[in-house]
Amino acid sequence: MSRAKIRAKLPTKSADPTVDIELTVNGERVSAEVSTRMLLSDFLRHELGLTGTHVGCEHGVCGACTVLINGVAGRSCLTFAAQAAGCEVRTIESVANKDGTLHPLQEAFRDCHGLQCGYCTPGMIMNILSSFNSSAPLDLSDEGIRDIISGNLCRCTGYQNIIAAVRQAAKAMSLG
Amino acid sequence: MKPPPFEYCAPRSLKDAVELLAADPSAMVLAGGQSLIPALNMRFAAPSRLIDIQHVEGLKGVVIEGGNIIVRAMTRHRELELNDEVFRANPLIRETMAHVAHVPIRNRGTVVGSLCHADAAAEMPSILLVTDGSVVTESPRGRREIPAADFFQFHMTTSREPDEIVVEAHFPVLPQGAGWAFEEFTRRHGDYAIAAVAAIVTRAGATDVVSLSACGVASRPIRLTVCEQIFAAQGFTDASFKAAGEAAKEYVTAPDDIHATNDYRRDLLASLVVRAVEKALTRSR
Repeated sequence: MSRAKIRAKLPTKSADPTVDIELTVNGERVSAEVSTRMLLSDFLRHELGLTGTHVGCEHGVCGACTVLINGVAGRSCLTFAAQAAGCEVRTIESVANKDGTLHPLQEAFRDCHGLQCGYCTPGMIMNILSSFNSSAPLDLSDEGIRDIISGNLCRCTGYQNIIAAVRQAAKAMSLG
Repeated sequence: MKPPPFEYCAPRSLKDAVELLAADPSAMVLAGGQSLIPALNMRFAAPSRLIDIQHVEGLKGVVIEGGNIIVRAMTRHRELELNDEVFRANPLIRETMAHVAHVPIRNRGTVVGSLCHADAAAEMPSILLVTDGSVVTESPRGRREIPAADFFQFHMTTSREPDEIVVEAHFPVLPQGAGWAFEEFTRRHGDYAIAAVAAIVTRAGATDVVSLSACGVASRPIRLTVCEQIFAAQGFTDASFKAAGEAAKEYVTAPDDIHATNDYRRDLLASLVVRAVEKALTRSR
């Protein structure tokens, strides 16, 4: 008996309800029609091609997808693109200077060997930048830095070098 | 890990939001989404429609009025945590907030959303309960205030009716000189509590009042009434601490799970009650 044939014709257009959104991504105005259920992480990666934002667990645990939404760190996998309408979103692509020279925090990660495979790094960087910009006092003790990065999982470094990188960057940026 | 399809609407007025929710029994309210979106991504929930209340007028911010910290529905955890007036009025909130997930989650998640999600191991429901707070709902039938003691019913179940939107949470200001403490045990910082205890000690001469709540140990946040009565009757002695710890064990109904056995939780809760009351006592005046 022959098996059922794989459906030859896939639908060309999703049957999902859609919503029109307009937002700012890395300083550029973006407007799009997106599925209501499209996650911000998927919108950034698949619609805008900004693949620097990584997707790990898709339920808010790993922190790899962290971006800045109106200046503060948020999980792009726990935010619908529709919710980000009217917001200013910043991703890892906006962190280095236009000429390719690195941000002091990126420099510090390189200097201190704060990454190995690099999968968690964009989320780490965006989260740490959010803490650097926060009105909350910056605690640069080991415990304080561990608290800052506690929402970002790294499976390579053992975190020690990331802690060193955060401290070096804060010093370079005259923070704390 | 992608959410199921749904209709999305973002009303601007509370009236519109209430009408939208009343019109569709399987619609859900979306605030910060830090509990709802994981539930959607894991397909634990499949609402026909999400009503995003972030643009609804009048649902932002915190005011302190009439002895209450009034937290409106779109107030993010982090906003409440960093508010210095809130800290002066009820320092227990900031102490507890450090245990609520991580900063990026607190940046987006709302306090009222967490109360409505009503995870039995979540911290903020236990704070609403220990302070004798309440929530205020809005529906086509009008406004209604629900005391915390009646609001939390079971795992992820509250006494909110399907057509009601919780628009405010009221956290009472702590009495002058009251001591406070929040003691939690988790294996990793930011996880839900395996067990946690919130304590408020108000010293008034012969009539000291101790309020205690716990989360993570039962099917909802609970008040440890028997422990409260032991301290009220016996004061703060070695014997009363020991008796309260033993009494606390009887409140643990959580079955063995991947994180801890029932026996372990019983011992844990006894220790946490002692620790929390000791700490609250030293902070009381």
